[in-house]
Amino acid sequence: MSNRITMGEKMKTYLKHPGSLILMLLVMLAAVLTFIVLLFLIAYILINGVPHIKPSLFSLHYTSENASLMPALINTIIMTLLSLLVAVPFGIFSAIFLVEYAGRGNRFIGVIRLTTETLSGIPSIVYGLFGMLFFVNTLEWGFSLLAGAFTLAIMILPLIMRTTEEALKAVPDTYREGSFGVGAGKLRTVFRIVLPSAIPGILAGVILAVGRIVGETAALIYTAGTVAKVPSSVMGSGRTLAVHMYNLSSEGLYMDQAYATAVVLLVLVVGINTLSSVVARKLTKA
Amino acid sequence: MGKISVKNLDLYYGDFKALKGINLEIEANKITAFIGPSGCGKSTLLKSINRMNDLVEGCRIEGEILLDGENIYKGMDVNLLRKRVGMVFQKPNPFPMSIYDNIAYGPRTHGIRSKSKLDDIVEKSLRNAAIWEECKDRLKKSALGMSGGQQQRLCIARALAVEPEVLLMDEPTSALDPISTSKIEDLAMELKKDYTIVMVTHNMQQAVRVSDNTAFFLLGEVVEYNDTEKLFSIPADKRTEDYITGRFG
Amino acid sequence: MKSKAWTEKFMQGVFFIAACASVLAVALICVFLFANGVPAMKEIGFVEFITGKMWKPNNDLYGIFPMIIGSLYVTAGAIVFGVPIGILTSVFMAMYCPKAIYKPLKAATELLAGIPSVVYGFFGLVVLVPWIREFGRTLKQAGITDSSGNGSGILTASLLLGMMILPTIIGTTESAIRAVPEHYYEGALALGATHERSIFTIVIPAAKSGVIAGIVLGIGRAVGETMAVIMVAGNQTWIPESLLKGVRTLTANIVIEMGYATGLHREALIATGVVLFVFILIINFSVALLKRRSEHE
Repeated sequence: MSNRITMGEKMKTYLKHPGSLILMLLVMLAAVLTFIVLLFLIAYILINGVPHIKPSLFSLHYTSENASLMPALINTIIMTLLSLLVAVPFGIFSAIFLVEYAGRGNRFIGVIRLTTETLSGIPSIVYGLFGMLFFVNTLEWGFSLLAGAFTLAIMILPLIMRTTEEALKAVPDTYREGSFGVGAGKLRTVFRIVLPSAIPGILAGVILAVGRIVGETAALIYTAGTVAKVPSSVMGSGRTLAVHMYNLSSEGLYMDQAYATAVVLLVLVVGINTLSSVVARKLTKA
Repeated sequence: MGKISVKNLDLYYGDFKALKGINLEIEANKITAFIGPSGCGKSTLLKSINRMNDLVEGCRIEGEILLDGENIYKGMDVNLLRKRVGMVFQKPNPFPMSIYDNIAYGPRTHGIRSKSKLDDIVEKSLRNAAIWEECKDRLKKSALGMSGGQQQRLCIARALAVEPEVLLMDEPTSALDPISTSKIEDLAMELKKDYTIVMVTHNMQQAVRVSDNTAFFLLGEVVEYNDTEKLFSIPADKRTEDYITGRFG
Repeated sequence: MKSKAWTEKFMQGVFFIAACASVLAVALICVFLFANGVPAMKEIGFVEFITGKMWKPNNDLYGIFPMIIGSLYVTAGAIVFGVPIGILTSVFMAMYCPKAIYKPLKAATELLAGIPSVVYGFFGLVVLVPWIREFGRTLKQAGITDSSGNGSGILTASLLLGMMILPTIIGTTESAIRAVPEHYYEGALALGATHERSIFTIVIPAAKSGVIAGIVLGIGRAVGETMAVIMVAGNQTWIPESLLKGVRTLTANIVIEMGYATGLHREALIATGVVLFVFILIINFSVALLKRRSEHE
């Protein structure tokens, strides 16, 4: 005999408590709906997009006959690298300051918390407006990859700060004490002992940030512009894959290519996010 | 025959056999104490009596537990069983709502809606738990604002409000100070007139003070079950003697 | 020895400066938005700007009331679709889900959060818009509504935004439910309550602050969403008279017209951004307050 509540027993309980039965059914319905919607969205895009993925889609140049996504893909990679170049050092250094240097109860920490929380809640279009006003106009960079990258860098800064902070906090204090114990200075301890053990966590955060960069549109239209070419320098305008995707679907002339681009974008972002969680899991195992 | 009969009960957590061949008759309107070192299975058995062990993944039971001769694991409605067999937990766990709503939760669960009826039940339960005087003026205040001892008596009142027949107490005083503890003990002795009480305790003095019968558990087995006075004065088993004289700690 | 101490000091300064970057960024964003948007509001007239029902840049009419209403409508719609389903799904994840399928489902909800807004928008454009168009025509044939709309509008945008805020709501609500001490749930069961009764009368009320924080966070996401909304909302600048009619949100207004706007028109768009920004700040502030409250509980 087993004490697990059997199906029959459960049914009896539910028949006696119709209210509970209805709630249970609602919960099940909602869960099924959520996952069916997700499944449907992905399946729909894959089924309609994959047949349109052709080699011509990856030709080096975008022409009005061939809406190639290659230039946009290259721009996306450049944009990602540039944004990380700016945001990662700032993010990591400020996290180091918060965790390793600022004492507990430091007022300044409260201010930084408040500002990073504010930053992470600002919608991307507001970042786009700011980027346009500051980088494009005031600094006179014009629509350029650089202006776009700086805008995105600010956008991902809170994400990198938070994940790095958590990773640093997860490093046991005994490591630090051990290092101080052999006479190492604070700086040496941070760079040789603390940072290396926090790397998986930081990396997971950085990869997550890459996912956001790749998927971003609203912050880029009026900072990096929408030119469908790879610019000759970072001061030139160029569209990333997500912006490309938006333009294709709003123009309505290249629906097949739009489907195919959606597949590429989806696979890319999903792949990046999966990678991030794999890396994060490595962290918890280590 | 007792109020509760445990017959050849084996209980497994996955592969681990936590209870081995338990046989116990628990008498009505008495306080039965389960004593023994941590991990001996006394709490596990207690939780089997109102099927709270069903929540534990991988928990499996063989044998039977009878309540008034009825097998609680066969064909008995779990929710009704738990109405008949109330439980007081180790840590006071009032719900984050008002004192009144805490007490009224059980009766409402079992379909009582009338305001005047609920008022009566709340007062009666709080009186029975000897806490009415302390909280009659703050029934609408949050229960979380009470002291630990008051919270535990509130939880007893909450259990009484559904008019159970049996009251299971899982180390009800382990989180309380001595004064609160003695109040709970007095309360338990008062309540046994109307209820059958089973109490798990770490504290042997407590078992001596309040219980009528005591079962000594060791490594998932009942080593000795007897009248409390006899068990503590002339233990039949060497292991019981070792435990009550302090060798197991 | 001396140079080592100097490096320590220097790097500490570097870390400090880096930490100031986020503060600087927020300050810059505020300064630039307000400096560029507030003069336009003054010129148009603050009340005129907020409550004006006409947005006709060619006639120098800049009233964003229809867009404020638009943002409110689609956000409310997103809540109607997203919140019940999100909360119930999170109850499933926290209280019903068999262990064996929990991990893949959890990964799926995270995936839902990672899908870019343009992809959502595209999905809305090619799937939801035709559906709602059909739905509108059916309604019209049945005589329930006068005009069927063309598929883009409040209803479509609400559905899509409802989908998009699901992961936010599921994530925060699930962790709020999991943070409720197990003994509340057990206490209710021990009184003879069913699984459902314990969850819905004890556990969820105990997780209230966290659940509300999740909803407010979802509202923030819906209000700020831009690309997906543009692609399915129709974007007319007047106040819609039915759920099937097109609507323009504050965010959409900026993206749609910024490309060709000059002078006061352009500043009015930036002022639109300011209004949006203020909304978001209020929402963020409420989330922070709620979080603090749930931590105190």
